[in-house]
Amino acid sequence: MPFRRTGEGDRTSQGVLVLFLLVLLLIVACLVSLHVGPTGVGLRDLWAYATGNGDSLTVQERVILEAVRLPRTALGLLVGAGLAVSGAMMQGLFRNPLADPGIVGVTAGAGLAAVAAIVLGATVLAPLAMLLGGQFLPLMAFFGGLANTWILYVIATRDGRTSTTALILCGIAIGALTGALMGLLIVTADDRQLRDITFWSLGSLGGATYGRVLSILPFIFVVLAIIPFVARGLDALVLGDAAAFHMGIPVQRLKRIVIVAVAAACGSTVAVAGSIGFVGIVVPHLLRLAMGPSHRFLLPGSALGGGALLLIADSVARTVAAPAELPIGVITALFGAPVFLFLLIGKNGIGMRDLP
Amino acid sequence: MTQSMSDAVIIADKVTVTRSGRKLIDEITIGLKPGQFTVVIGPNGAGKSTLMKVLSGEMKPDSGHVTYYGTGVELCQPVDLARRRAVLPQATQLAFPFTALEIARMGAVAQGALNPSEEGRKALARVGLRGFESRPYPSMSGGEQQRVQFARALAQVPQPVVDGIPRALFLDEPTASLDLGHQISVLEEARDFAAGGGMVLAILHDLNLAAEFADHLIVLNHGRVVAEGACQETVNDEIISTVYGIAGAVGRLPAAHIPYVLPQSRDR
Repeated sequence: MPFRRTGEGDRTSQGVLVLFLLVLLLIVACLVSLHVGPTGVGLRDLWAYATGNGDSLTVQERVILEAVRLPRTALGLLVGAGLAVSGAMMQGLFRNPLADPGIVGVTAGAGLAAVAAIVLGATVLAPLAMLLGGQFLPLMAFFGGLANTWILYVIATRDGRTSTTALILCGIAIGALTGALMGLLIVTADDRQLRDITFWSLGSLGGATYGRVLSILPFIFVVLAIIPFVARGLDALVLGDAAAFHMGIPVQRLKRIVIVAVAAACGSTVAVAGSIGFVGIVVPHLLRLAMGPSHRFLLPGSALGGGALLLIADSVARTVAAPAELPIGVITALFGAPVFLFLLIGKNGIGMRDLP
Repeated sequence: MTQSMSDAVIIADKVTVTRSGRKLIDEITIGLKPGQFTVVIGPNGAGKSTLMKVLSGEMKPDSGHVTYYGTGVELCQPVDLARRRAVLPQATQLAFPFTALEIARMGAVAQGALNPSEEGRKALARVGLRGFESRPYPSMSGGEQQRVQFARALAQVPQPVVDGIPRALFLDEPTASLDLGHQISVLEEARDFAAGGGMVLAILHDLNLAAEFADHLIVLNHGRVVAEGACQETVNDEIISTVYGIAGAVGRLPAAHIPYVLPQSRDR
């Protein structure tokens, strides 16, 4: 084991240092995300724009920066932060480093609702589609995710206690059910709808607008705002429900708050960017290796790291096959999965030894 | 309520817990008094852990009441209970590699310590784990893990009495995975806590240790209190043979060819 000095074991300063490095990484990721693309906006131009001397930019550059790059960067930041923090919270709540928001049914519910919106939008759901206009698909996904989580939560709660095991088992059953319903819908879809479904299910920040940024801002804000109030409770919960209660944590209330906040954050990200896998598992896991498992640092670190990872992945997705754009979910999995596996089983096996 | 209950501050009054039609504990009434080391003994399934869960507020009894300083435990906020009593559970597994210090620190945080890392360090030193601070909990031995958990409980109630209010330490088989030396040092630490005016409730399986350390012994069998009092009144042939089915073993030497170790006759 890497002993530092005898008498240590308090990783507070290590956590602060890693948080500082993550802030730097996030700034770099934002600059890269604003900079790259078919029409490059130079770093000097970005600086000029940021300091209020935007006159040196051409009209075209200004339009690209304001209408395309800025909302896209903002959306990537929010989606990445929301997914990674949600993943870290779920892993703490379920005491399992492999748990992700999919477990509480958000992804399945949001996915089913989105596919229903695409396939039935012109027929059965046409009145709803007309009423909601451009926000039809995102809102359907959001409420689908929330509804599914609520159903799971009600089933798994008996006598005011939410059983983690029951939640996972019900999640598997309901996941199979939503998968089957989704399959039925896909069978009836036409070619154009199938392409929409595929693109959406792989995730993309392509449709970024200020409207979408504003629509998910409150939900991401909620999941970030609860960090200081749930961090200590999630730490205590690692020792079990009973021990957490003995240490003064209102366990049931903590579970309820975290599950609802995660459902809202993830449902809304699925709604605006499709389903982007992997961020919620790989970011918290890497950070646990760098700063230890304490949620005081892990949760804010996941917000910063998740935002940075998604912006970098999106920059790659936009440039690697230009002018075509790859789905971002493909990039996060293609690059994230091998890195994850390497760290887990690599020459030092740093991740494996401490797993249960 | 009997006269002897008058100075008890944590009281279980006729508590009953029924699960699957079986009474795990059946109308048990006990009280914890400041300065007293109470030990619960009894065979497997006697209801010892259930009684401790009810007393700590973790489990709600189906009938009867638990009160802390006259207030029903169900009316106390978890955070207030956490400042009044700490609980050492049986073996705890962790999914994440917290260090020994980070675990002990959690107890200090629960108590509201201003410098939880420092308090956690002190607690580890009290259980003989100075120098183990940065060890990941999952890589420690069962006995070391148990002592880290004991340090966490000590960090949660570092002083037996604060502002005139006695604190309680609940220990569920604190000696289970410890060697003889550490069994005694953990119980001595708990006895000091009681001697300082705190309350200790411990579940023990070792009758020798129970008899040595208990000020007050409670013998449970089939969910009921079958004997209660000083060890001279409770650890005798009649009760031990009724409860454990082991006859004629109290205070008698084994056959001459079997060496025996009685920790209570150690040099002090």
